[in-house]
Amino acid sequence: MSFINYASREINCKIVYYGPGLCGKTTNLQYVYQRTAPGAKGKMISLATETERTLFFDFLPLALGEIRGFKTRFHLYTVPGQVFYDASRKLILKGVDGVVFVADSQEERMDANVESQDNLRINLKEQGYDLDKLPYVVQYNKRDLPNVVSIEELRKELNLTNVPEYEACATTGEGVFETLKSVAKLILIDLKKGK
Amino acid sequence: MSTQQMVMYDEEFQEINAVIERLLKEANAKVIFLVDKNGQLISGVGDTERFDTTSLASLTAGNIAATGGLAKLIGEKEFSILFHEGEKDNLHISIVGGRVILVVLFDTRSSLGLVRLRVKKCSEELSSIFGKLLQKAEDKEKRGVSDFPFAEITDDDIDNLFS
Repeated sequence: MSFINYASREINCKIVYYGPGLCGKTTNLQYVYQRTAPGAKGKMISLATETERTLFFDFLPLALGEIRGFKTRFHLYTVPGQVFYDASRKLILKGVDGVVFVADSQEERMDANVESQDNLRINLKEQGYDLDKLPYVVQYNKRDLPNVVSIEELRKELNLTNVPEYEACATTGEGVFETLKSVAKLILIDLKKGK
Repeated sequence: MSTQQMVMYDEEFQEINAVIERLLKEANAKVIFLVDKNGQLISGVGDTERFDTTSLASLTAGNIAATGGLAKLIGEKEFSILFHEGEKDNLHISIVGGRVILVVLFDTRSSLGLVRLRVKKCSEELSSIFGKLLQKAEDKEKRGVSDFPFAEITDDDIDNLFS
């Protein structure tokens, strides 16, 4: 739920990166963090285990600039991807304005992708959101690996509603900003409609 | 959408700040923040420069959300007060009006008892201001009045953000 502050002329929006364990959600945020000018970003916070698996969430605040005199900020969150952290995932979806689903393109992770996407839909519904009405984009990550599924097949399994989709390799940054820009744009268009 | 969008207007912003400024003095606190349950910072007074307020807001909301989840598991609606004790500084976190989180940072110059007492008093005031704010936004929506700054943005405005 975006927060509009007329007093400080700011607008804040929340983007959540969702997807199965080890699909590259944190890597997406890390790349954005590395490639953003110091003045436009805050500290990146990672609540992770000792083995660097996300425990609760990663958080990265970004200030994109001004629109009509309003400072536009995006707060990027990731969820913990591992199945048993479902309670935490639900909490992070609270107040979401836009969702990025990061899919792992590797063949052996297809079941995990589908399961995670179903879980996203269910958890959103519990909070009163409908995924089909939210700003939502899909990212096919890890396209650089040898054992990947074709885009056609990924689309058939993971993008039935035909939302914007991007091929990516989060470790090198390919497709990372395209994905972020796309979801941010959808959120702003939604705001424009006054939703 | 499940909950109403949070909107803050100048008038209420001043009122809120006046209340938490007073709380800052009366509770002898170092810093006071108001945070939306979704993790957005609403306002802060005191020695805010020394802190990463955005991160503080996000982690506080995460904290409240996690303890709220715990509360539900044991059959409670929520835990409305959290207290974190450090070696020097302490955090008193409470939920105001069901929607907003009040964070008071204080050290040995104050005490938990004093902070609790003062927070309780000003919570009611804050709660009524936030109630008014919500009402105002609802009224505007009903009357179809839109002073929404984004209603007239163009695709170019949006594209410019990313150039």
